Amino acid sequence: MSEDIKKFMYLNRRAPYGTIYAWESLEVVLIGAAFDQDVSLAFLDDGVYQLVKGQDTAGVDMKNFSPTYQALGDYDVTKLYVEKESLEERGLTLADLMPLTYEDEDDDWAEKDSIRVVSRAEMADIMEEQDVMFSF
Amino acid sequence: MKFAIQVNEGPYQHQATDSAYQFTKAALEAGHEIMRVFFYHDGVNNGTNLTTPPQDDRNIVKRWSELGKQHDLDLVVCVAAAQRRGIVDEGEMQRNGKDAQNIAEGFRISGLGQLVEAGIQSERLVVFGD
Repeated sequence: MSEDIKKFMYLNRRAPYGTIYAWESLEVVLIGAAFDQDVSLAFLDDGVYQLVKGQDTAGVDMKNFSPTYQALGDYDVTKLYVEKESLEERGLTLADLMPLTYEDEDDDWAEKDSIRVVSRAEMADIMEEQDVMFSF
Repeated sequence: MKFAIQVNEGPYQHQATDSAYQFTKAALEAGHEIMRVFFYHDGVNNGTNLTTPPQDDRNIVKRWSELGKQHDLDLVVCVAAAQRRGIVDEGEMQRNGKDAQNIAEGFRISGLGQLVEAGIQSERLVVFGD
């Protein structure tokens, strides 16, 4: 990996609706994918709700942007860290989240899970490794 | 140190923009470089020249413009966020068929790539927001 590639982490801390932060964060991720950095996303606190499957926004007349997360694999955004404690505090498990996958070009295009559930302590270590943190 | 600044909140509603301004000013006075200030989310409202705060209050927009002029700062308003919130320059006015523009002096409207680039090129990206 060349030295001018930085480790970029997008930190998602808020529910998908109620404020625009989640959607506008995703817009940065999509644009940023063109810059060929080492990108990962972190979901913690209410941010874990962004990945919950079966979102239906018809009742609040807002755009349901959750299908966009399924396109992230095509943008080479393949590391989505979800904090275990944040899930548990909200009564959620991995089974409540959208199945998000990518095709691993280094492994004969095998389909792999993008979501990695990590503990709070592991999340702290992953954050420590980053060069740039975008907090939303 | 080469800093980039991201401002995520609008003026007056939230102190984030005040903190960002004070940080930027202090960093410049200490001899650091601010390679870009990027306004995102409601932060784009820092770049409207239609703001008219009471005379006994700070003028947040004018303050950014003056600091920008003094230090030749790159004050960038995100185009996607700006379009949603009605921050318009000459080009946006024409492209979107609007009859007015309101971009404040010293600000420019550009894309999110400018934020990502700021993250790549700066030594520290400092985010001000909630």
